Amino acid sequence: MALAETLPTEPAPAAKPQGYWSGVGARLIRDPLTLFCSAVILGLILAAIFAPWIGLADPYKGSMIARLKPLGTEGHILGTDEQGRDMLARLIYGGRLTLFIGLMPVVFAFFIGSALGIVAGYVGGLTNTIIMRTVDVFFAFPSVLLAIAISGALGAGIVNSLVSLTIVFVPPITRVAEAVTSGVRALDYIDAARATGADAFTVIRVHVIGNVLSPIFVYATSLTSVCMILAAGLSFLGIGVRPPEPEWGLMLNTLRSAIYVNPWLSALPGVMIFITSLCLNLLSDGLRSAMNVRD
Amino acid sequence: MTNLLDINNLTIRFNGKRTVHAINDVSLSMKQGETLALLGESGSGKSVTLKALLGLLPPKRTQIEGSIHVNGTDVLSLSGKALRRYRGGEVSMVFQEPALALDPVYTVGHQIAEAVMRHKGISRDDAMSTALDMLDRVRIPSANRRLHNYPHELSGGMRQRVMIALALACRPKLLLADEPTTALDATVQIQILLLLRELQKEFGMGVIFVTHDIGVAVEISERVAVMYAGQIVEEGTTREIIREGRHPYTQGLLAANLHDVARGERLNAIPGAPPALETRPEACSFAPRCPHVLPACRECRPPMVDLSERRRVACLRAQETIAAE
Amino acid sequence: MSAIDHAPDTAGTAPEGPLLVVQDLQKHFPVRGGLLGRTQAKVQAVDGVSFEVSKGETLGIVGESGCGKSTTAKLLIGLTEKDKGDIVFDGQSLGPDLSLKDLRKSVQMVFQDSYATLNPRLTILDSVAFGAKVLGLEDPAGLASKMMDRVGLDPDRFAHRYPHELSGGQRQRVNIARALAMSPRLVVLDEAVSALDKSVEAQVLNLLNDLRAEFGLTYIFISHDLNVVRYISDRILVMYLGEVVEVAPVDSIWAAQAHPYTRSLFSAMPSMDPDNRTKVPPLTGDPPNPINPPSGCRFHTRCRFASEVCKARAPKLAGLSENAAHLVACHLHDPASGHPDAGQGLPS
Repeated sequence: MALAETLPTEPAPAAKPQGYWSGVGARLIRDPLTLFCSAVILGLILAAIFAPWIGLADPYKGSMIARLKPLGTEGHILGTDEQGRDMLARLIYGGRLTLFIGLMPVVFAFFIGSALGIVAGYVGGLTNTIIMRTVDVFFAFPSVLLAIAISGALGAGIVNSLVSLTIVFVPPITRVAEAVTSGVRALDYIDAARATGADAFTVIRVHVIGNVLSPIFVYATSLTSVCMILAAGLSFLGIGVRPPEPEWGLMLNTLRSAIYVNPWLSALPGVMIFITSLCLNLLSDGLRSAMNVRD
Repeated sequence: MTNLLDINNLTIRFNGKRTVHAINDVSLSMKQGETLALLGESGSGKSVTLKALLGLLPPKRTQIEGSIHVNGTDVLSLSGKALRRYRGGEVSMVFQEPALALDPVYTVGHQIAEAVMRHKGISRDDAMSTALDMLDRVRIPSANRRLHNYPHELSGGMRQRVMIALALACRPKLLLADEPTTALDATVQIQILLLLRELQKEFGMGVIFVTHDIGVAVEISERVAVMYAGQIVEEGTTREIIREGRHPYTQGLLAANLHDVARGERLNAIPGAPPALETRPEACSFAPRCPHVLPACRECRPPMVDLSERRRVACLRAQETIAAE
Repeated sequence: MSAIDHAPDTAGTAPEGPLLVVQDLQKHFPVRGGLLGRTQAKVQAVDGVSFEVSKGETLGIVGESGCGKSTTAKLLIGLTEKDKGDIVFDGQSLGPDLSLKDLRKSVQMVFQDSYATLNPRLTILDSVAFGAKVLGLEDPAGLASKMMDRVGLDPDRFAHRYPHELSGGQRQRVNIARALAMSPRLVVLDEAVSALDKSVEAQVLNLLNDLRAEFGLTYIFISHDLNVVRYISDRILVMYLGEVVEVAPVDSIWAAQAHPYTRSLFSAMPSMDPDNRTKVPPLTGDPPNPINPPSGCRFHTRCRFASEVCKARAPKLAGLSENAAHLVACHLHDPASGHPDAGQGLPS
């Protein structure tokens, strides 16, 4: 066999074959801060989902005689709000809405923005100009104002909040997706794939998506905390969720008047928002470093 | 007269996620005004050696043993102001990518003058005239005009000339060149090589020229040290290395240069690839790829054999005459 | 090799004609700038390049950066759209007779940067099998393992690894396997061995030689390393600033370069003799910018023998009087050009 001498005798790489995601997992496990943050987020989500079954008080049932009880009151560990409703129950039930409105717009915007950005970045030319200039229009307004304006126009309500926040987050995600995709588009392996005669759709599906999705995903994760704060802000202003639904932003607003009576109590929803958004931010940082293949 | 450079049993290990034994027991000396080519492939440790000479290795992750003396100065003990004075004053470096090594926001004259002012403590006007003189010496046409150019306004070959002017402005005793012609076109590469050769004669400094290209080493240097897997495997004058390279790796490199191989003839390729250096080599690192390997080669590190004065080979079979196939 | 039974069909439609004919290929890239992004200048990357490649031949293309050799490669395979010119593959003209998709089945490319040309998220096997999947061949994975085996990568060990786990030489073997899995007839190798270490380069060159013989391949081998080009090629084509200045059989050009630029390029090769080092650089300065190339013969600004006619008129590529297979574009070799030393060949 003539090729015997061309066979390399160099050893195969020492590490066992490892998939991309198992590599990411292995790196995450070595990162205690990220693990802790994901545990907090997961705990909040689980508590919110299973709220009716974990023996909480009725979050809607008030009591005129037990209003604004301080933290540590018997039967109400976290006290009661201005209508005498149990704060612990309202905070956990409030997590349902807050997390839902905080996360879903980013999820929707992630799909819409990625699709727009990948198409704009891969196809380029006129398509790129049309998509990206349209997106630029939205950047003319600060995201808070844009969310308030759209919500104000559509009216208060959960669905309208979702719609307005999704619209707010599509442009930044599109822009990131476009930037990452045009970067990947310029790489030689895209040329090599095109040289096989593959059509644009196949090249995007096999070679582009896998390489652009993780940076876009990490970026989107970092937006969830902003989104949650914006959603809470809309409720705070009275153009998001309507009372008596428990929602952290709304609760922060209604407890505002009690700030001199019981400051710790009125700060509780804010503390929840703070912890959640901080954990989401740290989680996104951790994901960013774990998803970096080449190190 | 003391040697310009004395490296004794230098061992460098990088600790991190993976340990890399980058340099393993390297000893090397150079006389004043000599030109030495460090010849090796990627990962052979030639660039790490240069960085160690300039004290550029990150102290946290690097473990260095052995000693480096340049002109009597113990380089590894330098820090702070003394290290800064040593870098650029005693020793300076020319990099592979002048586009990256020059600061894009200052004119080339400004950058050279800045370096001269820092090291010599002279006025800006004097420094500028030194800069002009340096640009002249590296044969940049209409140097007066070029003095006020920014790096991006110059061509690749011109930028490398500026880089050389910058490196030589403070009259270093030792010039380190890290593949300075690899990124250049063939017709420009030869110009830079000849320029360096002339400047070396003119300034009389020692030059260590790192390269992977034997042809370049022949053009530039009097002496060659061949590196493999963080060790020097052979050292001698350029003539000795080219005419009668003794180490099988040197012989393989010479054959792979394709200089006088008949067209289409089967190449005598060295099989395999260099080792990963994750552990400290306990045997001859080249043994797995060596066509002349003996059982003993796999058992201990081959001793450095001195064939004649300043001519040495790290091979158990160095004394035998192994015909280069 | 019994293991490989899908060797490409080398019996083309026109057994006598050349495999590839390139006629007057041109590509100018616009340089945009200013407020409205208007075209301010054009990089004349490839300007009127014509050549032929016979079946089973290896054509080496050499030149310095900016001479258009890589752009030529990308034009051949349709990765860059040509401004004008004809590409005729095996008697069929690209466009009227032959779609780009069909051309790409027969012409494959291996790039310089072995890492950048592999998708970091795909296993080696998936990368090699991708082309076969696109073509809709049966059992792409089986074909891919066969090809990996053929280029010297044990499929059992390497199939499920990722590009960053391989060495440069191994990755370049993957790229070669990927190109061969498409059963091409012409492979364009764009600086395919330039980034490899010398000892690994020799292994890959041996492999390329073996594969050429086994599959009856035709190569276009682009490199800046004259020694490598001489070793692997049958003919050498020299480019300067987007134009062909000389095309000749290897032995003929190695013995005597007819174009002043080619001669400079050859003398710029480092000498391998310590007692006979280069004394004078053959050329001064860098190659001019291809944005505004010089008039007439583009080399006249750096040519020792330039005269008025060289600035005024561009020379045509023509055979030497003593060897018609040795083509050169230089007024010195054309007695009717009006150059004072015309017709006497290149002075030494």
